[in-house]
Amino acid sequence: MHIMEGYLPIGWCIFWAVISAPFVIYGIWKMTKMIQEDRRILPLMAVSGAFVFVLSALKIPSVTGSCSHPTGTGLSAAFFGPFVTSVLGTIVLLFQALLLAHGGLTTLGANVFSMAIAGPFVAWLVFVGLRKTGKVGLGLAVFITAAVANLVTYTVTSLQLALVFPVEGSILTAFIAFAGIFAVTQIPLAIIEGIICALVAKYIVRVKPEILKKLGIIQDEEIAKIQGEAV
Amino acid sequence: MKKSHLEILVGLLVIVLLVVGTLAFVPSGSEGEEGWGGADGGAAEMIDQTGYIPWFDSIWTPPSGEIETLFFCVQSAIGALLIGYIFGYWNASAKARRGKQGEE
Repeated sequence: MHIMEGYLPIGWCIFWAVISAPFVIYGIWKMTKMIQEDRRILPLMAVSGAFVFVLSALKIPSVTGSCSHPTGTGLSAAFFGPFVTSVLGTIVLLFQALLLAHGGLTTLGANVFSMAIAGPFVAWLVFVGLRKTGKVGLGLAVFITAAVANLVTYTVTSLQLALVFPVEGSILTAFIAFAGIFAVTQIPLAIIEGIICALVAKYIVRVKPEILKKLGIIQDEEIAKIQGEAV
Repeated sequence: MKKSHLEILVGLLVIVLLVVGTLAFVPSGSEGEEGWGGADGGAAEMIDQTGYIPWFDSIWTPPSGEIETLFFCVQSAIGALLIGYIFGYWNASAKARRGKQGEE
């Protein structure tokens, strides 16, 4: 999903940077506040961030004959919401832009918007919606959340590129072409990412349920059920 | 077998099958080029065809594929280290808690 360095005209670079900046700034504020209120959530935040690090470093072959990587933002989106996730995602994107020449400083705003804001935001809404129904277990909800975060990220990237590079004057044609490169490649990756995040979420319920309970992710009844599966 | 273990086993199996199945059954590579290239590069190629010239180059590019791999490994190592440390800590404290309850 990285838009490579220099591949967006300067106007668009500024546009996406201006849109993304408030999310990240509010995210940093929110993160600091959450940690100040209860330092016990710090390890969970670190784990969620570490997941973005690990998963976005793995390039996985896909059905289109090319490789792409998961985003890893689903776990953090489900646990902490989109603003904190936007900070974690930005750290990773900055690392990759500076040390790996993946993405870039000029396109950072656009990449932050797709991977660290749009994907996690939609995914978080989905997660909250699913959990509100009371019928979707944590594992399944996290699976769907992670997959959605991944797919939305790449759809937004396709859209960002299509807006700048219409094919024969048509943004739609360009969108379909870019989506063919990105979004289709992501489908198996989204499934893989979903599985990993779901397993990890359930593991956390088994070893450290009180943090998730505090964040309002899960209630006692379901904790007991998930812990019962491990006996 | 515990249900939790079964779940992990099935999950990992699906992931392995997806990756192995993809590598085995999908024809690799686009038109005689090296197969399994990055999708990011694919999009850049499509943009290049429109005649667009990137106006800014990365301030630093890994000098070789090896160096690039190095940094990718560093990235995932940092993440894996953190996850392993914290999970280990949580797991041990959960065990200790259960142990205490057992004694009482």
